[in-house]
Amino acid sequence: MDNSSSPLKTESLSKSRKCQTVELSALEKQLINLLQHGLPVCERPFAQIAEEISSTEQAVIECLTKLRSEKVLTRFGPMFDAASLGGAFTLAALAVPEADFDFVTEQVNSFEQIAHNYRRDHDFNMWFVIATESAEEIEKVVQAIETKTGLKVLNVPKLKEFYVNLYLPV
Amino acid sequence: MSTITQEHEKITKEKLSDQERQYILLTQNGLPIIQEPYHAIAEQMNLSVEQVLSLTKSMQERGIIRRIAAVPNHYKLGYQFNGMTVWDIDDEQAEKFGDAVGRLPFVSHCYLRPRFLPEWNYNLFAMVHGKTEESITKYRGQIKELLKEVLVSRNHDSSQDIITKSNDMLTSTAILKKTGLRLKK
Repeated sequence: MDNSSSPLKTESLSKSRKCQTVELSALEKQLINLLQHGLPVCERPFAQIAEEISSTEQAVIECLTKLRSEKVLTRFGPMFDAASLGGAFTLAALAVPEADFDFVTEQVNSFEQIAHNYRRDHDFNMWFVIATESAEEIEKVVQAIETKTGLKVLNVPKLKEFYVNLYLPV
Repeated sequence: MSTITQEHEKITKEKLSDQERQYILLTQNGLPIIQEPYHAIAEQMNLSVEQVLSLTKSMQERGIIRRIAAVPNHYKLGYQFNGMTVWDIDDEQAEKFGDAVGRLPFVSHCYLRPRFLPEWNYNLFAMVHGKTEESITKYRGQIKELLKEVLVSRNHDSSQDIITKSNDMLTSTAILKKTGLRLKK
């Protein structure tokens, strides 16, 4: 596994909340609502979608291209089961003393195996995903984080993942 | 339970053929948005479009492809609040109730995870998304209603002043790091 894209700078959510919401056209809304549920697997999927919503294949293609380039869609296409790709994953957390928070953030983020890291409002205030090539490497990273930060890592790998039906209508 | 899941994943992993690896490498950054996207993949793989379509369907059936869909940026659609709800539920009933929570339309991730007592007594995690703070509080309430019969009530250890709750919701206040997960070439 490779954490390919570049890490973002710490981003305050309250700040980004105010300016991120975008205005969408009727067609954009229709496509976002419909395609969250899935795209037909056939030779001309966009023609089939166009037929369902009484549009044209060309309009659908143009609209989706725009939504993707503007990053209203973060992904478009097959979502693969992360474990099938051959990696190992875990969710982990630290209870970081407030005064050390920025410093520990730097320490934790310095590991390339840290894929996501969020600050959350709890005693366990730092939650991150560790993604590695192998299960053994997860254990090594956990130990290295404990050594580096002097904090005990709450390591909670998934035991069972449930199928989800997330739908964010617009 | 964990052994079974991990074993299952190992099997899935071994079954990935060279062709499937190639398919993943070609599509993990997205399906081409063109008239005939599967023709484009077929050409790069030296396969017929029929072969690529049947490979796609086979990977879907085996769970290697979870779904083929559009994933919107939650924030850009106005879903600016998320909460990681965590629950201490009866292990015997955990699979059945976890499955029901996962089916709620506002839940994006739903997992069973190990407890670490006494610091962490929650075994079910469900991420919820909403447009307002009130909405995610309401969703937490809906999950609580669904789980009310299986929530564990633990004895409070008053001598150590530890209060053990049956559930909580952790909201994120900052993204500290975010990278994409990709298969390496």
